[in-house]
Amino acid sequence: MSNLDPRPSVIGVRLSKIKRMIAVTGWKGGIGKSVTASALALLLAKRGFKTGLLDLDLAGASAHVVLGAGGAFPKEEMGLEPPIVAGVKLMSVAFFSNNKAVPLRGADISYAIIEMLAITQWGELDFLIIDMPPGINDAALDVIRLLPRAEILVVTTPSVISHSVLERSMELYKSLKVPVLGVIANMERGAGARSMTARTVCQRPLAGGRAENHRGVVRPRLDPGEGYPQPLAGRIRYDAALEKTLGSPDKILKTNFAKDLGKIADFMFCGMTQ
Amino acid sequence: MHEWALAESVIKTAAEHAARGKLRSVSEVAVFLGELQSIDKEIFAFALAELVKSSFKGLSGCKFRLLAEPAAFKCKACSKEFTLKVLKKTEEEAENIHFIPEMAHTFLKCPRCKSPDFDITAGRGVSIKHIKGEGGA
Repeated sequence: MSNLDPRPSVIGVRLSKIKRMIAVTGWKGGIGKSVTASALALLLAKRGFKTGLLDLDLAGASAHVVLGAGGAFPKEEMGLEPPIVAGVKLMSVAFFSNNKAVPLRGADISYAIIEMLAITQWGELDFLIIDMPPGINDAALDVIRLLPRAEILVVTTPSVISHSVLERSMELYKSLKVPVLGVIANMERGAGARSMTARTVCQRPLAGGRAENHRGVVRPRLDPGEGYPQPLAGRIRYDAALEKTLGSPDKILKTNFAKDLGKIADFMFCGMTQ
Repeated sequence: MHEWALAESVIKTAAEHAARGKLRSVSEVAVFLGELQSIDKEIFAFALAELVKSSFKGLSGCKFRLLAEPAAFKCKACSKEFTLKVLKKTEEEAENIHFIPEMAHTFLKCPRCKSPDFDITAGRGVSIKHIKGEGGA
């Protein structure tokens, strides 16, 4: 027999006490995935949920920068226990790279992700937020393969390019029967931003609140008059003041960006209890 | 000790292999410990011995053979083949590679052309060479 990789066998065990896994994705770079994922983790932790944040953007890891993780490092205890930064359990390849580049090819990316998933002891969590790299690549396909319970939360921006890529991604998720929690329209200006509030009022859990209820039924279509594929979870206004708050979780939580994202989180997860 | 997490994966894989093959017992599991990850053999053996106590009963008499596997690399840029012994790394870099062996691409370079773009052709980390069992149904 050829050599067996034993590590995937324990990934399910490591994730078994996590209620929901949310993979924050978007197929274009620079649309705010990392800030959205990190701020969402901060917001959920602030609301009393046990929250973890896993940065799988190995080449461009930045969740530790957003959270201001400083000299945090995992504790070696029957595996690796993630450090808690601003109330969030954080795991990132950045802990091991000494702030240097991580130039990995496809197979090595998969190996590194499997290693992180196999040795990280998350314990009990209400949410594990996963910061995904842009595009549909090794990391994205590994999440679909190794974390079948993960729900996709898509970030897009008001750009014809971003929308075009978004529609293609939604078609793929649909064909793969990957549950899509919703689409966040980030960096909104003008009319799109003004119409945000009503959409994000928490009237009902999105699509029944749990991914199982709408697995595979997400169908990309234009939102009449708006131009966004469904299901639109909400919009976030462009916030020029956000940049200066990065690295300071308390300041991030006071931004308009976090306020808008908080409304979206309340809309998506209003049925959840700690 | 992060060796425990990897030892647990070996135990679980052996138990799953036995279940798939409908084996009554597993007599031997041979495990490669890749040089690059520098797993502590004593800790790993101790973890296996402890973890097997609370696992599938058919593993209770299993012999775990821990085999050292030398690391080998081949540069994708200049095709040079090289070993770990010719590469320099600090203690901290070795520790980071211990946790995630792919960090080798961050800290190590081809000794000829200095490229970080190389294949790890052998001796990466923990893998199972074979699982031998008895009493298939």
